[in-house]
Amino acid sequence: MSQITNRISQTGQSTLNAITAIGYASILIWDSILLLFMGKRVNQPVRFGLVIDEIINAGVKAVPVVALMSATIGVMLSIQGIHTLSIFGAETQVTFGLAISIPREFAPLITGILVAGRSGSQLTSRVGSMQLNGEIDALTVMGIAPARYVVAPSLIGLLVSLPVLVVIGNLAAFSAAGLYIHATLGIGPDAYWADILDVVTIDDFLHGIMKSFIFAILLAMIAISLGMRVYGGAEVLGKSTTKSVVTCIAAIIGADTIFALLL
Amino acid sequence: MSSQPPIIVENLQGGYNGIPVIHGCNMEIAQGEIVVIMGGSGSGKSTFLKHLIGLKEPMQGDVKLFGQSLYQTSIYKRMDLLKGIGVAFQSGALMSSMTIAENVALPLREHTDLDEELIQVITRMKLDFVNLLGKDDLLPSELSGGMLKRAAVARAIALDPKLTFMDEPSAGLDPVIAAALDDLIIQLKESLGMSVVVVTHELESAFKIADRIVVLDRGYIIFSGTPDEIKKSDNTRIQNLINRVPEEEEFDAELYAQQLMGQ
Ligand SMILES: Nc1ncnc2c1ncn2[C@@H]1O[C@H](COP(=O)(O)OP(=O)(O)OP(=O)(O)O)[C@@H](O)[C@H]1O
Ligand SMILES: [Mg+2]
Repeated sequence: MSQITNRISQTGQSTLNAITAIGYASILIWDSILLLFMGKRVNQPVRFGLVIDEIINAGVKAVPVVALMSATIGVMLSIQGIHTLSIFGAETQVTFGLAISIPREFAPLITGILVAGRSGSQLTSRVGSMQLNGEIDALTVMGIAPARYVVAPSLIGLLVSLPVLVVIGNLAAFSAAGLYIHATLGIGPDAYWADILDVVTIDDFLHGIMKSFIFAILLAMIAISLGMRVYGGAEVLGKSTTKSVVTCIAAIIGADTIFALLL
Repeated sequence: MSSQPPIIVENLQGGYNGIPVIHGCNMEIAQGEIVVIMGGSGSGKSTFLKHLIGLKEPMQGDVKLFGQSLYQTSIYKRMDLLKGIGVAFQSGALMSSMTIAENVALPLREHTDLDEELIQVITRMKLDFVNLLGKDDLLPSELSGGMLKRAAVARAIALDPKLTFMDEPSAGLDPVIAAALDDLIIQLKESLGMSVVVVTHELESAFKIADRIVVLDRGYIIFSGTPDEIKKSDNTRIQNLINRVPEEEEFDAELYAQQLMGQ
């Protein structure tokens, strides 16, 4: 009996914790967005230089891995597509499958997951060690709001980087797929790109970009708030970093599913 | 505004999770005064300090900096007020990703419109003041404990605050370096007219630098007076503290047994 009540109260407790965590993360992001627009008025301007640093960290440095992984996915989709369509003798239709699935699903998803792995962990461990080291308190006491000095630049960095990375992911996936298709089916680049451009609608493309903005906000929210809530010692920091990556990826896949169902 | 005392603590009650640790504390500090806060381990010194420097909302009462309430105001007004004080944290709490010079320059860059050249000159002056000139380009992780504390002091005084707080400035330092830090604190007062609030365990240092000693005991201010007055005090708890007599808690056999049983 007491085991059951224990279980129920534990469930209640973790639900409460989750709600607290989401509330905390939302306030953090909301504050940083406010400071972005009216920081000057309250003497807390968001610095352009820090934003650039974050764009380099989260965006520029992620280009190689995003390009490579997207290209791999492009080739893989082609292999699978050709294999499946060959059952009906319709291999040449593979471009249609690619044109529909890459911009809407694969490019944003693979980019989101890769950036979650890179920036999600990086942000949590950086912010977490600042918290442990007293740097966050020190900033506050110096009159520098952490929301504008730490949170806002990372948020904008992700908001700028992710959509651009998705575009790069799209290009890489389609190019690699094109090369593979040329090699196996002998469809030339001109015909291939004409087919792709014919089928990809601007809607599909924007759908993917839209998602990437949502992913960016989720990533910043989860990774930074987990970092801010680190306290204790290095072991907690390690755990939070792991938790951050897992939570970020889960949130991205969850949001992606909701998008797919609704739109 | 300059005639206002740098800090007034009014009937401050504070603590953690609704449990008070600081009870009804009142304190006022004059311009150019060095006040040392002393007390046994767990007496609430660190908690008290957090309330004084704007890091922790009190449960009751208020703290006024230069006549303006720190907590009965918006968070960004509070941050503006905090720009007028300096805090040297116990472990330094320097930004670990920045060099020593960048750390000292941070408040100048964030809160003034001075040009880069002037900022660098001021930064070097502050580093010289704490005898760290030449260590400009080192990272905090490359400094010794004593250097870190001095670098923290340099950052705390970067904006020439009228009031500076120092948490355990000489803890864990060898006697020579500790004495040098004491001299530094006296110099801040004598050459810059600064008020300094120091939290320390070190009796010798307290007697050397203090104009006034405030004793915290179990969250209450039980004494406030000059070093001479404290030596003459006939309060046994104060005598125990300054003669380093271990506290003799009344022994409660039953409570002790319960604690051992983990109840
Ligand atoms: N984060 C916290 N959460 C809950 N209670 C705390 C927390 N920090 C301190 N306390 C409690 O508050 C009381 C005062 O602690 P505080 O750290 O202010 O003492 P202190 O005088 O600074 O001691 P020391 O000289 O050992 O640093 C202690 O009973 C401590 O257990
Ligand atoms: Mg303490």
